[in-house]
Amino acid sequence: MKSVARPVKPKKNRFMLWSIYVLLAAIYIWALSGIPIEGFKETAGQITKAILSGILSPDWGYVYLPEGEDLLRGLLDTLAIAILGTFISAFLCIPFAFWAANNMTKGKIAAGTGKFILSFIRTFPELVMALLFIKVVGPGSFAGVLALGLHSIGMLGKLFSEEVENIDFGPIEALKATGASGLQTLWFAVVPQIIPGFISYTLYRFEINLRSASILGIIGAGGIGTPLIFAMQSRDWSRVGIILLGIIAMVTIVDIISGYLRKKVV
Amino acid sequence: MKRIESLNMNRLTKQEIPKAPTKIKHYLTTALIVLLIGWSAYQTESSFIDFVEGFPNMFDLLVQMYPPSWSYFDDIVPAMLDTFRMAVIGTTMGALLAVPFALLCASNIAASNWIYYPFRFILNLIRTIPELLLAAIFVAIFGLGPLPGIFALAVFSMGIIAKLTYEAMESIDKGPLEAMTAVGANKIQWIVYSVVPQVSPYFVSFVLYTFEINIRAAAILGLVGAGGIGEYYDKTLGFLEYDKVSTIIIFTLMVVLLIDYISTKLREKLL
Repeated sequence: MKSVARPVKPKKNRFMLWSIYVLLAAIYIWALSGIPIEGFKETAGQITKAILSGILSPDWGYVYLPEGEDLLRGLLDTLAIAILGTFISAFLCIPFAFWAANNMTKGKIAAGTGKFILSFIRTFPELVMALLFIKVVGPGSFAGVLALGLHSIGMLGKLFSEEVENIDFGPIEALKATGASGLQTLWFAVVPQIIPGFISYTLYRFEINLRSASILGIIGAGGIGTPLIFAMQSRDWSRVGIILLGIIAMVTIVDIISGYLRKKVV
Repeated sequence: MKRIESLNMNRLTKQEIPKAPTKIKHYLTTALIVLLIGWSAYQTESSFIDFVEGFPNMFDLLVQMYPPSWSYFDDIVPAMLDTFRMAVIGTTMGALLAVPFALLCASNIAASNWIYYPFRFILNLIRTIPELLLAAIFVAIFGLGPLPGIFALAVFSMGIIAKLTYEAMESIDKGPLEAMTAVGANKIQWIVYSVVPQVSPYFVSFVLYTFEINIRAAAILGLVGAGGIGEYYDKTLGFLEYDKVSTIIIFTLMVVLLIDYISTKLREKLL
């Protein structure tokens, strides 16, 4: 070889790139042309100002009211919905996790079905689930708990099954060699390996569920969302301000605690 | 003689068996969790009996949802296209906003912690607000329609994309950065030629991932009046037209799964 030829960019690649650009441009033109921009409402500026001033001067009196229906109780309600919903899903997703794990079920079809069911549950929005549960158990926190409990199975089941797929088979073989029964193998060889991951993922999902629980009230499924949407509808911006502050504070504190616990567990 | 030996053995084994660690911590943790769950059940007035009593209702609901009203598809296609539009524009706006934010949050680019700590704090605050809440606020400002939905999605996706991107920026290779400094590049050249090429595949992947999330979010934003297919839940549930509700649900699921599939394939190609 006398001289090394300069590498030429493959032509096909460039063609692909250009067709992607054209496709993207077409999508954007289509999307932008479909959005009705009939100009902002004239009141938009005023309302923005009102909201900002409301958030900057929150209604501190709402934090605690002796007769009930105050911020603290709403936040506690939200927290309770998130805790119970997470617990239910962490409990219910265990069989799904083993079902969807490649190394636990025999045959690819079984694990594939399990994975499909989990992704189906995952794509079903929790708010729609809450709407349906409201029809079943009536409006209130319980509908929110059930919705979160069912929806979270999708994500937790997927994460748990990945955890189960990554276990080390050494301890299982060792226990089988000593003549342990199936249940004993499960308890002493599988469970200790997956517990840290389970706890960490459950806490992570709890953080997500707390955010979801704070909006479930918008459709009547309990928690702080209900007073929030009422305050918005009656344009009581200082009350909206204090509720927003309350949600932000609660979510931040829970995130910090849960993050600390997750670091400790794993 | 034998007895002495066995005695010795006993002593030996006794010494070798390590003491089991105390389990008090585990018991306390379990007790705490049980207490928390009990309190939550009390606070939310959850009862198993209610659930069992409500079970026939659920069955009724499922019966009423079947069969889905296929003719309703034609009515909701425009709303679904609106949802798609909202997600596309919202994600793009969020991605554009996220670029400067991510640059200001990354500790190896915004060199002073007087810059990146405050911006990270703002970012964390933004990410604590759920997208539906943002949508409700924007609906109050701009009125009903897809516009507040787009703004809500833009703010929401900016939070996600900026966080993921600044974390990716912090883990890039230092070599090109130092090389650019050594040849005397100014700050903008430095970013364009050493940071952007390393981060851009990740950035595109994060944008696609956020787009998947936004399609799901956009499908429910209509519940607070922010446009898209979500508005139809209210309309149909209010009139107890459950067959139409199941049509909406099935349609949404199909679109979400399709977009997830395409986006996952694209992301696999990118990284």
